[in-house]
Amino acid sequence: MVREHDISNRQAKSTASLMRSLVLSAVKDAFLKLDPRFQWRNPVMFVVEIGALLTTFFTFRDVLAGIKESTNLNLQLTLWLWLTVLFANFAEALAEGRGKAQAATLRRTRKETVAKKLVGGQIKKVPASELRKGDIVLVEAGDIIPGDGEVIEGIASVDESAVTGESAPVIRESGGDRGSVTGGTRVLSDWIKVRITANPGETFLDRMISLVEGAKRQKTPNEIALTILLIAMTILFLLAVATLEAFALYSGTVAPVPVLIALLVCLIPTTIGGLLSAIGIAGMDRLLKRNVLAMSGRAVEAAGDVDVLLLDKTGTITLGNRMATSFIPAPGISEEELADAAQLASLADETPEGRSIVVLAKKEFNLRERDLSSLKATFVPFSAHTRMSGVNIAGREIRKGAADAIEAYVKQRGGALPEEVKATVERVTREGGTPLVVAEGRKVLGVIYLKDVVKGGIKERFARLRRMGIKTVMITGDNPLTAAAIAAEAGVDDFLAEATPEAKLRLIREYQARGHMVAMTGDGTNDAPALAQADVGVAMNTGTSAAKEAGNMVDLDSNPTKLVEIVEIGKQLLMTRGALTTFSVANDVAKYFAIIPALFTTAYPELKVLNIMGLATPTSAILSAVIFNALIIIALIPLALRGIAYRPLGANAILKRNLLIYGLGGLIAPFIGIKLIDLLLIALGLV
Amino acid sequence: MSFDLLQMGSYLAVLLLLAVPLGYYMARVFSGERTLLDPILKRLERAFYRVARVDVTKEMGWREYALSLLVFSFLGMLTVYLIQRLQGILPFNPEHFGAVRPDLAFNTAVSFVTNTNWQAYAGERTMSYFTQMAALTVQNFLSAATGIAVALALTRGFTRRETGFLGNFWVDITRTTLWVLLPLSLILALVLVSQGVIQNLSPYLKITTLEGKEQILAMGPVASQEAIKLLGTNGGGFFNANSAHPYENPTPFTNLLEMLAIQIIPAALPITFGRLVGDRRQGLVILAAMFLLFVLGLTIVYASEYYGNPLIKALGVSSPTTMEGKEVRFGLAQSSLFATITTAVACGAVNSMHDSFTPFAGLILLLQMMVGEVVFGGAGAGLFGMLVFVLLTVFIVGLMVGRTPEYLGKKIEAREMKMVTLAVLIPGAAILLGSAVAAVTKIGTFSLSNPGPHGLSEILYAFSSGAANNGSAFAGLNSNTPFYNITLGIAMLVGRFGVILPVLAVAGSLAAKKTIPPGPGTFQTTTPFSFFCSL
Repeated sequence: MVREHDISNRQAKSTASLMRSLVLSAVKDAFLKLDPRFQWRNPVMFVVEIGALLTTFFTFRDVLAGIKESTNLNLQLTLWLWLTVLFANFAEALAEGRGKAQAATLRRTRKETVAKKLVGGQIKKVPASELRKGDIVLVEAGDIIPGDGEVIEGIASVDESAVTGESAPVIRESGGDRGSVTGGTRVLSDWIKVRITANPGETFLDRMISLVEGAKRQKTPNEIALTILLIAMTILFLLAVATLEAFALYSGTVAPVPVLIALLVCLIPTTIGGLLSAIGIAGMDRLLKRNVLAMSGRAVEAAGDVDVLLLDKTGTITLGNRMATSFIPAPGISEEELADAAQLASLADETPEGRSIVVLAKKEFNLRERDLSSLKATFVPFSAHTRMSGVNIAGREIRKGAADAIEAYVKQRGGALPEEVKATVERVTREGGTPLVVAEGRKVLGVIYLKDVVKGGIKERFARLRRMGIKTVMITGDNPLTAAAIAAEAGVDDFLAEATPEAKLRLIREYQARGHMVAMTGDGTNDAPALAQADVGVAMNTGTSAAKEAGNMVDLDSNPTKLVEIVEIGKQLLMTRGALTTFSVANDVAKYFAIIPALFTTAYPELKVLNIMGLATPTSAILSAVIFNALIIIALIPLALRGIAYRPLGANAILKRNLLIYGLGGLIAPFIGIKLIDLLLIALGLV
Repeated sequence: MSFDLLQMGSYLAVLLLLAVPLGYYMARVFSGERTLLDPILKRLERAFYRVARVDVTKEMGWREYALSLLVFSFLGMLTVYLIQRLQGILPFNPEHFGAVRPDLAFNTAVSFVTNTNWQAYAGERTMSYFTQMAALTVQNFLSAATGIAVALALTRGFTRRETGFLGNFWVDITRTTLWVLLPLSLILALVLVSQGVIQNLSPYLKITTLEGKEQILAMGPVASQEAIKLLGTNGGGFFNANSAHPYENPTPFTNLLEMLAIQIIPAALPITFGRLVGDRRQGLVILAAMFLLFVLGLTIVYASEYYGNPLIKALGVSSPTTMEGKEVRFGLAQSSLFATITTAVACGAVNSMHDSFTPFAGLILLLQMMVGEVVFGGAGAGLFGMLVFVLLTVFIVGLMVGRTPEYLGKKIEAREMKMVTLAVLIPGAAILLGSAVAAVTKIGTFSLSNPGPHGLSEILYAFSSGAANNGSAFAGLNSNTPFYNITLGIAMLVGRFGVILPVLAVAGSLAAKKTIPPGPGTFQTTTPFSFFCSL
């Protein structure tokens, strides 16, 4: 929380100046993007650009030839057509701007470092750029880690803020799931030996830079499909307008080329065509702001389609530690007696479970913590062999442990596990808890109820997902009974108990075979196959490099619950595209009413009835439509970059809402807009 | 007027009443379930396959399906062309008609094979009985069956999962012809004969009229051709006057039957579709959308016919209602209804001259063709045409839900969009480019009988009619010139296969996809709301 607060403060101070420089460089880029080699990548705007060029040509030709009657109109048309292209380019440049700024920061951290390469036990100083896969380097306190790799020896605290923005250092050590280090981060204390796993230019930082810069940005599948539709509409209107000239000729009039171009530009889907790539870039950017790196835009889109989420229980659904929640004494034992014994047995137990027992006893019965050494007690730590822990104190032997372990323990001493306690153990297990039995000597005192504590608010979150049509599946190593109880408490739709990596992979494949799209998070090396198989695999940044390689997103905060936000961003991206397309298409209706009567008013005066907006003159009608068409792009840039509001409702409800806003709104808005511009043009005497 | 409304209302009610059972029946036929006709037709079907060496069990991918369809259509065109050219030496030619001009023969061959049935000729003055029967009537059956086969293949694209196969083209057209088109035509032809439609091979009759003048009465095997002309939404009349001719359409009762015959298969197919995809509501939504647009069109046509052209009314030269170009025995309501049906359904049979409709009504008729075969549309073509638009709408609107758009559990992606937009673009381009060329060239405007904007409408109508495979004529345009025969022929070819091929490609790529199970996150295509969207 503190960190977020800090950042937002810092951001607030620099936002204004950052925004200014972003806008300035976007304006410059908007002009650079006029280069046809670049512009043709956006076919709709390319057509507008050609139209603008032609209009410019015809305007100057007429001026040179001394034809004055339409100079005023043509000049203004030329201006607005160029502005239309520039506005669209500006939108794209602005969307790219933020990523570029971030890339520049990242690049600074990638500055040349000197690596201590180990060659035959000797340290040899080489530039980091000469390191290759398989090289082994030593990194000591204060050094920058020269490249991506795995820790093979040692343990160190590492400052990864260059990559994650998180200033608190993290521990990196050999073995286990905390062994991967990222080039460009700094070792703060101790030392580690690292085996380099990426060649220069292929490191995580390199990929991150190219991702945020959008240098390798490829169109995503849905973006391609939409572009095809836009191109088809453009071609259709191009044909219609071109043949219109033929019909005009037949009717004995000549439609002037600039006016035809104006008509064309108004009819082709310039609004969505101009904003399409900005929407895509902004979507990636929104993820980046939440510290999630998508390896491709395709993954972001897939996130919107996800309808099954596989969530690890520990850390995602539950807090990760079991906590004592109640003491259930054996017959003939008071609850306080049990609590006292349990607390004594746990005083030296540093595990979170042990601590929670001490705390619970204190809370319920006001039992103060006691100092073990003053009590002359000896702590019996937990061992895998006995599966118990406890304390020997003044001749008392108190033990706590799993039911079967304690049963064996008391049996050895001639005691037995009372039936009531057995029943309690079963009940606790059934409810998803973990029973810890406490015994003193041969006497069983009772059961401590340890519970997996489900994170606050998680149930609401899952309910929200369900409304979005997403099924949640909890993955856990627990037995089915425990798993079922926690699943019910957390409100997940399904669970996979006693999960092994293979079972996980099989589950994903099953869902996919039934046509579902599956997302999951993971961090361990054994998660890698499942991460690769899932449609959206989010690897935790703290995870192994194998996991990061396998997934198609990396969460720099390593927060598994973020999957929900990722899905929402994916959906928002698609919705924004759909909404603006609908808006753009709906806009055409008003433009028909503005331009068609204006175009044919001399040949077929009857068409005047179509001029329902009561636009002043044919010239002002055409000009108003073109101006509206250009301004609407600028007006919608904030929406394109921010994305339309997302609400976790059912599909039909979302559709109804968006159709009302963007469909009906798109139908009505231009009527008002064009009329206002028309009035303004007249008032200013521009037509 | 209220009587007219009653007429139209009861027509629509009867249509729906008949369409439902036919839809179910066709679903049974196409899914290979048992039907009443099996005992007779099964044997016939097997005999066909034996002779033609068709392997019934062989499934075709979309490319093979499309190739079979193209080869079949090309051979059909060749046959029709040759029969026309050779009719002088072929039998059943009592009037001794000579060979048809090559450009006209080409135009007619294309026209009948593409289910357009644009007629640049007058049947009773050009075609021998043999040509009418062996070339034109045969193609009336086959082109309709081809259209239905494509709709079937597309339906299979939705129902099948992770396969490249769409069924067997030969089996599809055989079953459609034997189980659907033949029995219906047989029944309709017999009823028509009972009402006075002629069916003979005799030479034309010379009779003396009451005024003592001599008149030639054209004869021919009309009823058999009439039935399939309507049922197969072909529309190519035996006589030039088409369904306005008393021998084609003698009584108000036959008029009713003929209208029903045109619309029954296109109206039943959505129901068949719903059955085949396993969700009746999907079919009903499509039918309802078609129905609503149809009623809208009909209302405008009838209203503007009823109130007449305000400009003419101002001149005081005619009664408000416009009877010019209409048969008195059918009257306004039945003419408006027939015209709306024939343009919507892409049949092209006419019982009145559309040229003389009021401008606004003419515009609606034109629009109905220009939007492609969507509002009911031709046999099969209507269904797949509508589905193309459904895919297009679902793509734009579905995005707003925040998922890759899907229809019936199939994702609509780049490949589908490419093909779907082609299917919309190609006929559109054919109409626009064809009309533009005709409008600015001397050779094109020479054929016009009306100058000014009305002439432009005539040209547009002709190319719309051709490219939309409708075949109805606005009249007023003398289209039997080499220029129009060839350009319209090309427009018809482009309008037919430029849609069928992309549609089959879509079917192929859909069939290869997984089916996504529906959930609350999927946007339902059966709600009344989505129904309005698709409008």
